Amino acid sequence: MREIDVNKIIPIVKKLCIDASIYIGDDVVEKLKEFQEKEESPIAKEIISIIFENQRLSVEKQMPLCQDTGVAVFFIELGQDVHLVGGDFYKAINEGVRQGYKEGYLRKSMVDDPIIERKNTKDNTPALIYLDIVQGDKIKITLAAKGGGSENMSEVKMMKAADGIEGVIDFVVDRVKRSGGNPCPPIIVGVGLGGNFEQSALLAKKSLLRPLNEKHPDPKWAKVEEEILEKVNNLGIGPQGLGGRTTAIAVQILAKPCHIASMPVAVNIQCHVHRHKSAVI
Amino acid sequence: MAKEIHLQTPLKDEDLEKLNIGDKVLITGTVYTARDAAHKRLVDLIEAGKELPFDIKGQIIYFVGPAPARPGMPIGSAGPTTSYRMDSYSPILLDEGLKGMIGKGPRSKEVINSMIKNKGVYFAAIGGAAVVMAQSIKAAKVIAYEDLGTEAIRELKVENLPCIVANDVYGNDLFDEGVKKYRK
Repeated sequence: MREIDVNKIIPIVKKLCIDASIYIGDDVVEKLKEFQEKEESPIAKEIISIIFENQRLSVEKQMPLCQDTGVAVFFIELGQDVHLVGGDFYKAINEGVRQGYKEGYLRKSMVDDPIIERKNTKDNTPALIYLDIVQGDKIKITLAAKGGGSENMSEVKMMKAADGIEGVIDFVVDRVKRSGGNPCPPIIVGVGLGGNFEQSALLAKKSLLRPLNEKHPDPKWAKVEEEILEKVNNLGIGPQGLGGRTTAIAVQILAKPCHIASMPVAVNIQCHVHRHKSAVI
Repeated sequence: MAKEIHLQTPLKDEDLEKLNIGDKVLITGTVYTARDAAHKRLVDLIEAGKELPFDIKGQIIYFVGPAPARPGMPIGSAGPTTSYRMDSYSPILLDEGLKGMIGKGPRSKEVINSMIKNKGVYFAAIGGAAVVMAQSIKAAKVIAYEDLGTEAIRELKVENLPCIVANDVYGNDLFDEGVKKYRK
């Protein structure tokens, strides 16, 4: 048993929030470069160059890559040999978010009531926190700061087994087609397959955490990812929807068992400002 | 990209008649920020026959909710938000004399028709290039709806704000044309 004071989590979460908003992952930069080289449209090539310029300026000026610094989504892997002391774990995460979004000059994008009042909470809380219990005596905290524009283009569909893999591919490609320039392409397409209604959505979001330069460990799904990526880029949407061959830079699948009657499929769209950072305590 | 054109606000019809989709423009002058919540309030005022918090004639609205400014800076990161969420409001503002909108993503048929009717133009800015955009913003002042936080209406002084003409006064649509060209 290892005791961890929840107050230790606050500065770590704060730093994750600030760092994620400024420093883009090397995997995203590599993929964008790879696609820029292949790109046929001059406007598209120029847009990707401006994205690189933005990444450079963000670090230089310590300003967030995008003004939408997102909903703070946390995936926590809590070791079962950890004993949390010193206060409320969820409150500590939210306090870290509050401090990070204030001291990092990040935008506060949360409203309290989703429909009627829609009053800004002014500190970007509450965070969305998903907890998994794992073996060991450590805590792994992953922050995925998710912007609203790309999230709005996401969808869950309860399909039937008869639709088959072809039906799934058609749905995912159609979802990207209907999204057009709205989610800030170049995008990353997260696909959650199986589970049930709510788990499929979570799988789609979690699939985005895989580094973009890592192939799917199962060759069967790696092949489907490639097929969807090719079809998506044949849509011609291109960066910002202004035409081009770079609509998506990756498709990532996460699949889990499901009920005999069901075939849930979720698509979670991620923009090119693909922010996630982890820390282990 | 094609030629680069300098635009000064407030916009005049003859400035806009020269623009074609795909043109790169650099906007200098005053632009006003408004997103979903501010649009709703502006349209509510128009419907109630009341005065708007700024003179909208010839002006540009930039769909943006900026990040907070660091000390000594005029504004934080300030890239465009998705424009379709303003589609139900924009024709009403165009009827009031609004001439330009800056955002990201395509517009509805209704907005495009209203731009033809009112001689308005929609400029696409690059979503996610928010630090680049902020470099062109020299001053920012909240002029209405401070309670909305980032969604308040701000008057921005901009110099060479980089945008691309996505919809011109002739009804052309760069989103449509661009995608057609590269679809396989």
